[in-house]
Amino acid sequence: MWRIIHQFGSPPWVYRFCDRVIPWLLPLTVLALLVGSVWGLLYAPTDYKQGDSYRIIYIHVPTAVVSLAGYYVMACAGLVSLVWRIKLAETAMRAAAPIGAAFTAIALITGAIWGKPTWGAWWVWDARVTSMLILFFLYVGVIALFQAYENKAVAARACAILSLVGTVNIPIIYKSVDWWYSLHQPASIKFTGESAIDASMLYPLFGMIVTFYALFALLMMLNLRQMLTEEHVRSSWLVKRLAD
Amino acid sequence: MAIEVPSKVQSKESSEYQDFDMTRFLWVQTRRHLRLLVASPGEIVNPLLFFLLVVILFPLGLGPDPDQLAVLAPGILWVVALLANLMICMRLFVDDFDDGSLEQLAMAPIPLAVAVVPQLVAAWLASGMILSLVSPIFGLMLGFPLAAAPTLIASLLMGTLLMLLIGGVGAALTVGVQRGGILLALLILPLYVPILIAGSRALEEAVNQGDPTVALALLGAGVTGGLVLAPVAIAAGLRVSLEL
Repeated sequence: MWRIIHQFGSPPWVYRFCDRVIPWLLPLTVLALLVGSVWGLLYAPTDYKQGDSYRIIYIHVPTAVVSLAGYYVMACAGLVSLVWRIKLAETAMRAAAPIGAAFTAIALITGAIWGKPTWGAWWVWDARVTSMLILFFLYVGVIALFQAYENKAVAARACAILSLVGTVNIPIIYKSVDWWYSLHQPASIKFTGESAIDASMLYPLFGMIVTFYALFALLMMLNLRQMLTEEHVRSSWLVKRLAD
Repeated sequence: MAIEVPSKVQSKESSEYQDFDMTRFLWVQTRRHLRLLVASPGEIVNPLLFFLLVVILFPLGLGPDPDQLAVLAPGILWVVALLANLMICMRLFVDDFDDGSLEQLAMAPIPLAVAVVPQLVAAWLASGMILSLVSPIFGLMLGFPLAAAPTLIASLLMGTLLMLLIGGVGAALTVGVQRGGILLALLILPLYVPILIAGSRALEEAVNQGDPTVALALLGAGVTGGLVLAPVAIAAGLRVSLEL
């Protein structure tokens, strides 16, 4: 048990792990994205009220869900790096930030595209939309803070603190549609009780959410491997590994 | 600037730390920071002048229609208070960082999280509190009803303290960064959004003869939580900036 945890703190082990998993995960994710898109865009039934415009849900909801989860990944990695001073956790935190920012941006953009036909406006100052925008700025803040520091070891610690402070906002974003009267619909999927969405639409959506988690993991590993390559370019294990 | 510490601390015997009088330390520190602020009145007056100038900009930009201004007044007052607070946060730790007082403070025999509190208290007394107390005058210029002045003062008293606490975290993280001003704004403005929403909601309720207590209670809860958590985050941020 402890050995597994210790292994995740070791750059050579994680590098090898990424090398092993990526060849499997990459084609699987691409395949799942294709299947999920075709299923959601072509085979899922048309919504009786929103028509075909609702189909953007298969991109919008998964990116939004994963962008929130991504923040937790970043903040947890930050916490681990602060408490146990594990260098790899800092790298993981930095690797998560741009991916999370990109997912948040996609969620905002698809939300705007979806908002035009359903709400009649590209942008509405609604609790959930605003809080997602804040989430985007939280990600951007972490990236900007890291770039502002000359000393990168110090920068990573500063980013870890900032991402932890930012976690205060995540539950607010998550619950915003339930707490405030808002144009955005409340969460349709519930794990307990009846979901407000029909099974024929739910299954492809559920598949896409899982797929986007896999996509996040995949991008995370690619990014992490790239950063490890940059950091350890002079380490003997990496030189040996690249030579093979 | 030499840091004022009780004479007992200056004898470096570790056993004497037992007699360390924390209350006196905090009191002396608060007095020192207040004296520094009074000695350079610009630090106190400039944010107020800034507040006044920005308030003037709105009638000039939006047109002097009193009815329209009265509708916008709660939002304007809060946004301007927020910007003035941002200015205060930018200066918060700069002097103490440059002259080495912060390093001395970090080595004091009490936790840095406690040792920074006097500075925050002094900064708030000299800025946020004064700004809150004179805000009804600025409100009058915008046609803000005098009957709602108690809510304005109460919401700003809590809001400026909470913003200073959150801004202090950003200031602690960016104090070592060259030209950290814009970066500070990027880091903490997203975190100010919930405060702004609660604060202007309280004012709107008060203006429309509603019940502002819910929004005020939210601000109060924020201040309570912030007083507990923010000093810890500020101390961690300062240690990062001091590279300790």
